[in-house]
Amino acid sequence: MQAQAAPKRTSIRESAGDRLFMAVVYTILTIVLIAVLYPLIYIVSSSISSPAAVTSGRVFLWPVDISFKGFETLFNTPAILTGYGNSIFYTAFGTLISVALTVMIAYPLSRKTFFGRNAIMMIVTFTMIFSGGLIPTYMVVKSLHLIDTRWALLIPNAIWVWQVIIARTFFQASIPEELAEAAEIDGCSDLRFMRSVVIPLSKPILAVLVLMYAVGQWNAYFDALIYLKSANLFPLQLVLRSIIIQNNSSGMMDAMKMVERQQLSELLKYALIVVATLPVLIIYPFVQRYFVQGMLVGSVKG
Amino acid sequence: MNGEVVWDGSKQPQPQPVRKPKKRGMALEARKSFKKHWQLYLVVLPPLLFFIIFKYYPMANAVLAFKDYNVIKGIWGSPWVGLRNFKLFFDNPIFWDLIRNTIYLSGYLLLAGFPIPILLALMLNEIRSGRFKRIVQLVTFAPYFISTVVMVSIIMLFLAPRLGFANVALNHLGFDSINFLGEPGMFRSIYVWSDIWQTAGYSAVIYLAALAGIDPTLYEAAKVDGASRFQKIVHVDLPGILPTIVVILILNVGNVMAIGFEKVYLLQNPLNQSTSEIIATYVYSIGLLNANYSFATAVGLFNSVINLVLLLLVNGLAKRLTSNSIW
Repeated sequence: MQAQAAPKRTSIRESAGDRLFMAVVYTILTIVLIAVLYPLIYIVSSSISSPAAVTSGRVFLWPVDISFKGFETLFNTPAILTGYGNSIFYTAFGTLISVALTVMIAYPLSRKTFFGRNAIMMIVTFTMIFSGGLIPTYMVVKSLHLIDTRWALLIPNAIWVWQVIIARTFFQASIPEELAEAAEIDGCSDLRFMRSVVIPLSKPILAVLVLMYAVGQWNAYFDALIYLKSANLFPLQLVLRSIIIQNNSSGMMDAMKMVERQQLSELLKYALIVVATLPVLIIYPFVQRYFVQGMLVGSVKG
Repeated sequence: MNGEVVWDGSKQPQPQPVRKPKKRGMALEARKSFKKHWQLYLVVLPPLLFFIIFKYYPMANAVLAFKDYNVIKGIWGSPWVGLRNFKLFFDNPIFWDLIRNTIYLSGYLLLAGFPIPILLALMLNEIRSGRFKRIVQLVTFAPYFISTVVMVSIIMLFLAPRLGFANVALNHLGFDSINFLGEPGMFRSIYVWSDIWQTAGYSAVIYLAALAGIDPTLYEAAKVDGASRFQKIVHVDLPGILPTIVVILILNVGNVMAIGFEKVYLLQNPLNQSTSEIIATYVYSIGLLNANYSFATAVGLFNSVINLVLLLLVNGLAKRLTSNSIW
């Protein structure tokens, strides 16, 4: 090690100990990289391999006998298409409702002249550390006749306290109190100020809110599990659970022969995972910075 | 602009208001605020109603725990039974199993899952090459976006008794297959390590940000003193991110009893139930599946209260010891 010359490009000579240390760091990080990446590649590869290759365990890294039979079957299965449509509906409308409500509470709470802001903030944050529990909440949703309706997935968990904290911190930092006062003197009402000044100035935080709520809504299954009974309302995640985790693929491929069906049902699981995760993972590299921003804005005043 | 200045100059300074009793001052402030911001009060009303209806009304409903629920009489008309539901729970042989399973699972998760993101961040912080660092960050962050259902699906496919990747690999190496998900002894490890796989990259972000905020002159001073990279980590990096570490630790310890229902429930099966049944899954199964509302509410309330006490305790302790706290 010591005999080796330091690379010519680096002006600062690193000691042998430091170089050894960095070699260890690079090795560990490479192992971590592979450990995270491998299962993801394996699943995608399996989803586009032939049914026989998947069931006989011949797929190790790359696809074997490429075929799109899994996806073909998926898109011919009514339950999955319904689930997909439902998930898109819940994600679109749920996100809209959630973001609107979050801004509606976070902005007034960011104004220093808004009397009662601390009391309301206490009311909001206390729900983070204490809750009535599963059954009492269920009873409320039931008494409002929301059980087994689409509203059950849009309303009872519409506002996340964490998002309120993030949005409020952002408004406090980026909408100066003087600006609001100046607008007030010019005769601009609070509502108009929100619409024509606050919202246009808050695009970065709106992006954070939209993305976090949308991913949360797309990935959620718990509310659907407890509040929904009719299969035609199920989001994709619940359909997924029934097919993969409960291994219930009957009714999906009734026309097929036994062996073929068994092989295909394995393949279908991989294809389903890909289809359910793809929308999120495709946009992820472009939106990662918004998530990081969201985390950091919140942690300043968490 | 000019006129404004003149107007300002001609204005007499306002006399200082006489100091009023605090209560009247507040009432005045409130009245002024209502008059000025009545639109904002309207705006805040719907979200506030949301919190009252869906968060606070359930807290009131939690009186169910002290009643014997009767569908016809409703929550408020049902007879009081005092602490009977709690007593039933404490006397139930499953009580200690649930407590043990809940604490062991989150304790394991805390012990293994807490240090790993810190180590990951410290290692990433050492890397100067932009590309490798970016790729590792991008890839390790990605599993965070996988839903719980998909995560458990992946676990089940990989660990499936016959065709799962893990068993195919074991067979290749000459070992017998293992029914991983049917082994009660393996449940916790499966839960914890898949969780680390999924969230370590995400959790590391907060430490990376803290590391980026460390005063660069400290590194220069360390360099002048001839510190090695490892010494810099120990003497500059770690003390620099200690406040962040403490806050995250408080949050984690405070939530030990609140470990999530979602993933445990999906991983659960009759074979591994002796280790996988935790308080949250028990509440779901006796409450919603067996419709034993009062008893399930009591169990849930017990859990919420313990959790709240724990959070306050840990926070107070941290305040006393390190002056870092979340309140």
